Amino acid sequence: MKMKKAKILTALGLVGSLALGTGSALASGGEVHLKHEHWSFDGYTGSYDQAALRRGLQVYRDVCSACHSLDYVAFRNLSDEGGPSFPEKMMKAIAAEYEMPGIDDEGEPIMRPGASPDYFPSPYANTTQAEAMNGGAMPPDLSLMAKARRDGPNYIFSLLTGYEEEVPHDVEVLEDLNYNPYFPGGQIAMAQPLYGDDVEYADGTEATIEQEARDVAHFLMWAAEPRLEERKTGGRKALLFLIILSGLMFLCYRMVWSDVDH
Amino acid sequence: MAHQSNYNPSNGFTKWMDERLPIIRLGYDSFVEFPNPRNLNYWWTFGAVLAVALIWQIVTGIVLAMHYTPTVEGAYASIEHIMRDVNYGWFLRYGHANGGAMFFLAVYIHMFRGLYYGSYKAPREVLWILGMLIYFLMMATGFLGYVLPWGQMSFWAATVITNFFDAIPWVGGSIKTLLLGGPAVAEPTLNRFYSLHYLLPFIIVGVVILHIWALHIPGSANPTGIEKKGPQDTLPFHPYFTVKDLFAVAVFATFFAWFLYFQPNAMGHPDNYIEANPLQTPPHIVPEWYYLPFYAILRSITFDIFFLKAQLLGVIAMFGSIVILFFLPWLDRSKVRSMRYRPVMRFFFILFVLDCFILGWVGANSPDVTVLGIEAKNIGLFSTFYYFAFFMIIMPVVGMMETPKPLPEGIHESVLARSGKGASKHADGDA
Amino acid sequence: MAETHAHATEAGDDTTRRDILYIGTATFAAVGLARGVVWPLIHQMNPAENVKALASIEVDISQIPVGQQIKILWQGKAVFVRHRTANDIAKARADDTAADLKDTSNRPTDAERVVDDKGTSRPEILVLLGVCTHLGCVPLADRGDYDGWFCPCHGSHYDTAGRIRKGPAPANLVIPPYEFIEEFKIKIG
Repeated sequence: MKMKKAKILTALGLVGSLALGTGSALASGGEVHLKHEHWSFDGYTGSYDQAALRRGLQVYRDVCSACHSLDYVAFRNLSDEGGPSFPEKMMKAIAAEYEMPGIDDEGEPIMRPGASPDYFPSPYANTTQAEAMNGGAMPPDLSLMAKARRDGPNYIFSLLTGYEEEVPHDVEVLEDLNYNPYFPGGQIAMAQPLYGDDVEYADGTEATIEQEARDVAHFLMWAAEPRLEERKTGGRKALLFLIILSGLMFLCYRMVWSDVDH
Repeated sequence: MAHQSNYNPSNGFTKWMDERLPIIRLGYDSFVEFPNPRNLNYWWTFGAVLAVALIWQIVTGIVLAMHYTPTVEGAYASIEHIMRDVNYGWFLRYGHANGGAMFFLAVYIHMFRGLYYGSYKAPREVLWILGMLIYFLMMATGFLGYVLPWGQMSFWAATVITNFFDAIPWVGGSIKTLLLGGPAVAEPTLNRFYSLHYLLPFIIVGVVILHIWALHIPGSANPTGIEKKGPQDTLPFHPYFTVKDLFAVAVFATFFAWFLYFQPNAMGHPDNYIEANPLQTPPHIVPEWYYLPFYAILRSITFDIFFLKAQLLGVIAMFGSIVILFFLPWLDRSKVRSMRYRPVMRFFFILFVLDCFILGWVGANSPDVTVLGIEAKNIGLFSTFYYFAFFMIIMPVVGMMETPKPLPEGIHESVLARSGKGASKHADGDA
Repeated sequence: MAETHAHATEAGDDTTRRDILYIGTATFAAVGLARGVVWPLIHQMNPAENVKALASIEVDISQIPVGQQIKILWQGKAVFVRHRTANDIAKARADDTAADLKDTSNRPTDAERVVDDKGTSRPEILVLLGVCTHLGCVPLADRGDYDGWFCPCHGSHYDTAGRIRKGPAPANLVIPPYEFIEEFKIKIG
């Protein structure tokens, strides 16, 4: 009986590690190792750091948003529980700082102040314009960046702080590209976006380049996975429930089978 | 069904019903009183796990369809709408995506169990073939569903898989155009894939019903591979196997829940969080893990044989690797079912399982990755060779040549022989 | 276990213990699955966050001529904003005590029907949900026996304050949550 159980567990573990193994195998495509930061949203009890999210939003708005859209995040999300949790008034004030296309009473197109149901506007009218303004390389949308790269938050942090590194002698950086060891291929069209002191944090935190990169990576993880806190809270309850249920089912099983040979 | 029915309608309604539609009798005979071999081990619980997995996938799928938009313009955004705005949308979507992977995990365990214990042998050939049909339909359904989020991997998986048909001489191009509804993967493709992804699970349900029907004619096989001979060999399905199956389902659900809640993207590919772009192929195209061995077989043939082009040979090998499973009952020439009594075959079986893992690894990696100085594509070619050799050479030859170990008299005797251990454990439990 | 008597008692206890375990496990499973699986499957059909976010709209009312109304779509339903004439108001007020007022529980007096959520009263501006309280059709303006609204589906007559006077509808037209945010601007929702 014990033997059998052990065998099943081993088998499950094997297949589980296969599943994960193939995942991590993909990451090791001969790329450099990412810098590894500690994130408050990691682990079973992880949740977002509200202050970091608010600082990260500031970095996005003051720096990234000049070139990158954030298509799937609405202003109303800034007040969501488990997110930056701005009071409704502050969120509406932020929204109103943006101009959104609308129509007036005569049907003429106008620009109106943003409102809570609106989404962050793109810096470009369309993708063609985005390409034309950036030498053919369209700056990607950032809403899902933290999930669209393996180990996203560490990738974003490493990339943003990776411009600092020396160009190796055997690398010839092409015209209009910049050396960054964390970008696949090592050469990236985006010029170094953060140098430190690019923003003045509302909460008085010193805006070093690491701090800014960490905050914006934190913010982009939230942008990509806004329901993370709800998911982890639910997950803890679900696992506890299922483990107890499995235990009870096992006792039932032993009771039912207690009087027969098998 | 196969055995005599012992159902006695106990009240007015059940008597009335029994004379008109004996559905309660059917349920009673199949899932209550049905005599199951008493020596079934945990590997036999995966049938129940699969039944639950199928229901889970259908229920979450129907619910997701209430929020999904099958258009090129709206598909990707509708997935994000589900993940962000719909109540519990993240739970349903992660549950459906990871649930698909869990479904395949359970079906592979179920298949390897059938293979090891010779469950496909007479009189269970039709049962096995129906199972293979379910597996084939699952693969089709999984592929169609993977396209729906309209991410980069969705789009390029659809492109690559439909290009298989291009390899068919003369008519391949026309078939591909017919499947896609145009020269390339686009709106018409997405629409029909959505329609078929919704349809196929219900066809799977139909085949599953036939599969269970076919199962209940001879009854379950068992670890000894000996047919049940009388009541001393069996226990009624309820409560003995219902409780055991439910225990297994609870454990499996715990494993699944861990992925769903804490590693929901571990089995997915990050590139599918980038919207489909027909102008740019991702650097590494990899299918979901449950297709990897077949992907490795597809890519393993890189040379022409006579007038047959490598591309066509790869596609033939890949489909052949599934088709060959349908012929398993006739490829195995052994008189003994269970590999418990076939040490030689067991050795080759273990190699075969390893071979499938290796093929999976090859499928996940670029063909020019090297291990111990051997290129992955050569490992893939050798593993593909073993895959086919296992069924076409080893299985018939070992089946004829091998002298099996002595079989126990019957199921009951085999249980008693082990019950020296069983009895003491029993006492422990009561103490 | 040695004595027969003791054995019998033990067997009885055993049965109770079993039942407690089985019923307990089943209950535990049912409660957990209801909360963890069934509820999400049901709750997903309730309005999503983006739908709830669009719950309020702002309407410019400066352009409505006296004696006419505008129709706007709010949460997928019609809303009437009517600029009433002095005559409309007088007629409605005179009927405040009429015997054929069927619904006396939903804001029965005309004065009550023109107050916004903040307590501002503008008798000339009447805001109504344009949904017949019978079976949900949109009533037609300036029709019917009471010069208010008339529902073409089953013939309900509403007066100039949107109160049901005749026909199958059970209740007065509903007044949605609204407030005046500027002199000529109202927020609905």
